[in-house]
Amino acid sequence: MKEVTILSGKGGTGKTSVAASLASLAKNKVMVDCDVDAADLYLLLKPTFRQKQEFRGGEKAVISEDKCTGCGLCREVCRFEAISSEYKIDPISCDGCRFCYNICPADAITMQQSLSGHWFTSETRYGPLVHARLGVAQENSGKLVALVRQEAKHIAEQRGLDYIISDGPPGTGCPVISSLSGVSLAVIVTEPTLSGIHDLKRVIGVCQHFAVPVIVCINKYDINSENSHQIENYCQTQNIEVAARIPFDTLVTRALVRRIPVVEYSRNRVGREIEKLWQVVTGYLN
Amino acid sequence: MILSIASGKGGTGKTMVATSLALSLSQERPVKLLDCDVEEPNAHILLKPSLDCNQAVSIPVPRVDEDKCNYCGRCAEVCAYNAIAVIAERVLVFPELCHGCGACSYLCPEGAISEEGREVGVVQSGQSGNIEFVHGKLSIGEVAAPRIINEVQKYLDREKLNIIDAPPGTSCPVVAAVKHSDFCLLVTEPTCFGLNDLALAVDVIKELDIPCGVIINRDGIGDDEVDKYCLKEAIPILMRIPLDIKIARLYSQGITLAEGMPRWREAFLELFDKIERLMSNSNGREGGRQ
Ligand code: SF4
Ligand code: SF4
Ligand code: SF4
Ligand code: SF4
Repeated sequence: MKEVTILSGKGGTGKTSVAASLASLAKNKVMVDCDVDAADLYLLLKPTFRQKQEFRGGEKAVISEDKCTGCGLCREVCRFEAISSEYKIDPISCDGCRFCYNICPADAITMQQSLSGHWFTSETRYGPLVHARLGVAQENSGKLVALVRQEAKHIAEQRGLDYIISDGPPGTGCPVISSLSGVSLAVIVTEPTLSGIHDLKRVIGVCQHFAVPVIVCINKYDINSENSHQIENYCQTQNIEVAARIPFDTLVTRALVRRIPVVEYSRNRVGREIEKLWQVVTGYLN
Repeated sequence: MILSIASGKGGTGKTMVATSLALSLSQERPVKLLDCDVEEPNAHILLKPSLDCNQAVSIPVPRVDEDKCNYCGRCAEVCAYNAIAVIAERVLVFPELCHGCGACSYLCPEGAISEEGREVGVVQSGQSGNIEFVHGKLSIGEVAAPRIINEVQKYLDREKLNIIDAPPGTSCPVVAAVKHSDFCLLVTEPTCFGLNDLALAVDVIKELDIPCGVIINRDGIGDDEVDKYCLKEAIPILMRIPLDIKIARLYSQGITLAEGMPRWREAFLELFDKIERLMSNSNGREGGRQ
């Protein structure tokens, strides 16, 4: 079983539209949405059945007013500026490091597990989907990404599926790194804007850092052909294949409004490029 | 005043708005722009600041003096992140897991642990015309985005207008970026993705008790669900930027709306007037938050 992750570095490049289309083209697969901050894939795959489970990611320190003597030690050691002068802990700033808990001479501090979000397994007409929703203003998105991926892998093993198709998170930080470990191939969807190029280089850097093979798909490649050339040249120097060049077309948004993967909405040049992309992907995976 | 520009979803035009607003306002008052999207900082591409000042951001990680250590295991016991382990007669440190909390060095009974900085990113600052510019950059392969954002926020100046370009999403980096704000502008687009992610972002902003308003970018491409949502939640829509291939081309070349289509400057000034009015209505919050 092989896992392919769709990344973008920068958000809004069309990553999820491509991921949903690959989900439509691939056979025998499970889908997983690793953008646990803002999962969007389910909007296109329209899951029918859902199982919802709790995610308890981290701990927060809590001071018991009754026991606290106001010695001030906890406030002195906390490096996350989470403890106020009235000895109240701000759960948003608390990193859960337990330093205060370990040193409080009055035993006034407890660590409490917080509900950090939920994750879901569901059935769609494309196959099973695992996605999650991180609670408001929560941390540990990396852990939640690891959890949904593990669940997808579990489903794939149980049902003997060939592929895991994963819609990755934006950025280059903690959730992205967590979405990359052990994947067979990363597909980076980029766009020919200066910011797109900048972010593409950074996310390629992350993939290379973790030794994950990469191919690139340029979306809206014709809005700035000079920048598209620059992307092609850069990829060539890095030995990275540019596997698809999707033209700008309002059809992509129209498909989005109808909530249909673009390859199913219309088999025009957009769809053909995504089909080509899938062929290249399977070539890498098999 | 601190004004942050956020969006649940990436790529909605947040940076375009932040930079154009900064440019339009910098004609008449001192403006600071702080790019807190440290995983993918982009504002510098549009504003081309000088960036002559560099400051490394590091996390203090433990360093064990094996001559003093008696392998008691206390350090491993107190570390909440499994970043330090004692196996037989060895202490192993996993720097990439360490949050630099300082517990192990403080609690080691033998005083065997000192700390050394491990660089995880950089804060760069400089000038772009009338705008004071600051951004943070997370090093490749690192996870400590909020740490860098906190360093960028040290450059906030209450005497001036601060515009923060926040990272996308709804988790810890966003909170770190917007938590001191007096007002938050949420940039979205009229599609099901835009709406879904806007609603998530609104939940975060409400949780932090920050007043907010919405900008709809690429207006006209989708449906009116975002409008309906804003009406229902009583969130003012403060600006609409139409879907225009010319705007997309300008952005692709790294040109702001305020420069590429100067007639937009007026619109950004008006936008800021609206925000100021909204804030004076909501009981003079300006400068009131600690
Ligand atoms: S260390 Fe314990 S007793 Fe001292 S101020 Fe903190 S909570 Fe109170
Ligand atoms: S657990 Fe750590 S971060 Fe949280 S309040 Fe205690 S010392 Fe501060
Ligand atoms: S707490 Fe100090 S003495 Fe004990 S194992 Fe750790 S480094 Fe060694
Ligand atoms: S500084 Fe904190 S996080 Fe780092 S190893 Fe020590 S106890 Fe663990």
